Amino acid sequence: MMKDLMPILSTLRRHKIAAGLIVLEVALSCGIVTNALHLIQTRIEALNADSGMAESEIAVLTLRGSKPQPPERTASIVAEDLARVRAVPGIKAATVANQIVYGNNSNNSGVSTDPDNKGLRITAAQYAADEQMIPTFGLKLVEGRNFTADEVLDGYQAFAVSDPKIPQLIINKVMADKLFPAQTAVGKQVYIFGRSPSTIVGVVETLTHTQLHRARGDGGGAAMILPLRGGGSYVIRAEPGRLDAQIKAVTAVLEEGDKTRVVTQARTLTEMRSAFYAQDRAMAWLMGGVCVALLLVTAMGIVGLASFWVQQRTRMIGTRRALGATENQILRYFQLENLLLTTTGILIGLVGAWALSQLLMQSYELPRLPWLYLPTGALTLWALGQLAVWVPARRAARLSAVAALRA
Amino acid sequence: MFLHYLELAWRNTLAAKGLSALMVLALALGIGACMTTLTVYHVLSGDPIPHKSARLFNVQLDASDMVGWKTGEEPNFDLTRYDATALLRDKKAPRQSMSSGFNTAVGLPDAGVKPIFSGVRMTSADFFAMFDAPWQYGGGWNAADDESEARVAVLSASLNDKLFGGGNSVGKEVIVRGQPLRVVGVLKPWKVQPHFWDLTLGSYTETEDFYLPFSTAMFLKMGHWGNMDCWGKGANGGSALDLNASCSWIQYWVEFAKPEDAAAYRDYLVAYSEAQRKAGRFERPTNVRLRSVMDWLGAQKVLPADVRLQTWLAFGFLAVCVVNMVGLLLAKTLRRSGEIGVRRALGATRGDIFKQFVVEAGLLGLAGALLGLMFAQGGLWLVRQSPNDYARLAELDSSMLALTLGLALLASLIAGLLPAWRAALVTPAVQLKVQ
Repeated sequence: MMKDLMPILSTLRRHKIAAGLIVLEVALSCGIVTNALHLIQTRIEALNADSGMAESEIAVLTLRGSKPQPPERTASIVAEDLARVRAVPGIKAATVANQIVYGNNSNNSGVSTDPDNKGLRITAAQYAADEQMIPTFGLKLVEGRNFTADEVLDGYQAFAVSDPKIPQLIINKVMADKLFPAQTAVGKQVYIFGRSPSTIVGVVETLTHTQLHRARGDGGGAAMILPLRGGGSYVIRAEPGRLDAQIKAVTAVLEEGDKTRVVTQARTLTEMRSAFYAQDRAMAWLMGGVCVALLLVTAMGIVGLASFWVQQRTRMIGTRRALGATENQILRYFQLENLLLTTTGILIGLVGAWALSQLLMQSYELPRLPWLYLPTGALTLWALGQLAVWVPARRAARLSAVAALRA
Repeated sequence: MFLHYLELAWRNTLAAKGLSALMVLALALGIGACMTTLTVYHVLSGDPIPHKSARLFNVQLDASDMVGWKTGEEPNFDLTRYDATALLRDKKAPRQSMSSGFNTAVGLPDAGVKPIFSGVRMTSADFFAMFDAPWQYGGGWNAADDESEARVAVLSASLNDKLFGGGNSVGKEVIVRGQPLRVVGVLKPWKVQPHFWDLTLGSYTETEDFYLPFSTAMFLKMGHWGNMDCWGKGANGGSALDLNASCSWIQYWVEFAKPEDAAAYRDYLVAYSEAQRKAGRFERPTNVRLRSVMDWLGAQKVLPADVRLQTWLAFGFLAVCVVNMVGLLLAKTLRRSGEIGVRRALGATRGDIFKQFVVEAGLLGLAGALLGLMFAQGGLWLVRQSPNDYARLAELDSSMLALTLGLALLASLIAGLLPAWRAALVTPAVQLKVQ
């Protein structure tokens, strides 16, 4: 096989342009495909993020009134509504939360370990709901306890003073690790709205920012729950199969007896998740489509140029066959030639892929290209090159010596 | 002579049907991908108000406290109600408006009609003239109405259709938050993309359906939808929308007679900021921004990063397609070395050969362009099926159509140059001897 190397090199030297074109095409494909695959991977990772919630059992209803309500009455109206909703048969749990994952609302507050925003300060997603939030969302407490019913405050009253006092809160594990690394967070005090301390009573395993990976400056996933009853979305939990029927029942209960109250939106969390990730899914499909098209076009180019070469070298092939070369040797010759070209292209392409990834990191805040993508890209293009050259190379090998020499 | 080359090109293209089809297909794929992404790019990065975007400016002031302050950072995204009211009172620009968004039920005095939840813009009198609102009936309100919390409102065409069946509703009453408001104007259908005067509700949301004076909205105790930043004592026990709350949530725009007037206004903003610092309201070093529409859209990175990425990806793809076409054209050309040799021997100059092959490449380019156009239409159809808020905007316009044809021809001519040059270099003697 190695003895083929010298004649191949001397042939390629005489076809610098055509050889160069194949090398260039392989290099470009290699650079683009590795980065595109990486982009697809980042999107898929985002798609698989865990919200920590019992997603298949949850639905979210938006209730709106056309008449203004005095804000001081919100908490009592919500409490009455919830009492009626929880009485609906089949409802496992229900709450009103100021925000929910995949929704449009996002409340965030700075939290520090010392009064007046001094000391360690991070930004955390701020959920506000009653003691039924944890069972409704299906969150898992890893430390401490849930709020008790009498710890839940009237949200309007709590903020009607200039120094709001919220004695208890629950935080997520990310936040606990950030504020109190290697210690237990339960029982520790933090400051949210000024000088009044709040004591951490529990830690939940997973609770995310409502916008997940799209959140900017979200404190790296810190989130907390404040025991406040106020306005927001009605969240219900029921058996997955019966969720649609439950949405209808709860809508009827909420709209009952008052024409000015309208449930303007009612969706399952599964639907909200699907809508939230639609853009990422579309982007992953698009990238995938371009990758396939790119590889097809590259293969087409290799087939085209290799066919041309075979045709041009018919006489040489004939001579070699007449001198005793086997079909296999001719086949190997073209395969080796292709291997040389694609390898050169891949080497250039890998450098390009790395450079492109640096560029993407700077301009689009993407993570660095993991090295594993480089051998993956290389293997893909090697395989593609060998596959593409197979057709013309076999045609060359099948040429009979007599026919080839006469041509 | 050109026609003769064209005829030759046509015959040669047909002679190598498979290869030609491959080239046209590859080129068309590249062109289609490029045009799809470029059209989306073009639509999304377009100037929402071309004839006066250079004269409309967004105002930002840094009213926050020192917590978390870093040098060189952007000031608050929006203005506080206090500052917006003060700037509006000073009237230092020919036109200015403060505004913010909300969503509320708009009903009719007839209680039997179901109220319609509508996007609200609470704003001041100059808003409509500044942003070129197109009137169907009536018009906006004036500064005196702003002062007096006048019970007036402006409806969008679609809300007017829903409430009044599209008739002239000027002078009629609508009920909002339990209070009657008199309709003074109805807009024509109004499309402004991006939604530049308030980007906090999504960059490509539709224009609002219901407009009323800011002061009236505050009287009606309306809430607020969109971005809000609070600091220090925040609402300080009251509402975050109070005049003295440390919360920023208002978009403020000014219009000048000519772009150069911005400098004087910037000086005024700096002076205002300094005065507020002296009075103890502002804590941060003076940090004002005054950006024209396009600068504003650029600074807020309105164009989705995905769209830019897709565009780059498509151009990379086109590059591969062009390289591919160069290779295939070269193979096709050199296969015909014999024919070229004969033509050269019969007196054709190198220039003639070169021209003939460039024409052939151009013909392929034209075919690629037409097919690519179809691919682009298909691609845009796919984009419109996607769930983004900007998806429905993806339509091919005449300038993009021309660009498609141009790009395809350019790509194919670039691809054709090298093979044509190689063809022109063919020496007749060698070719004839071989034959």
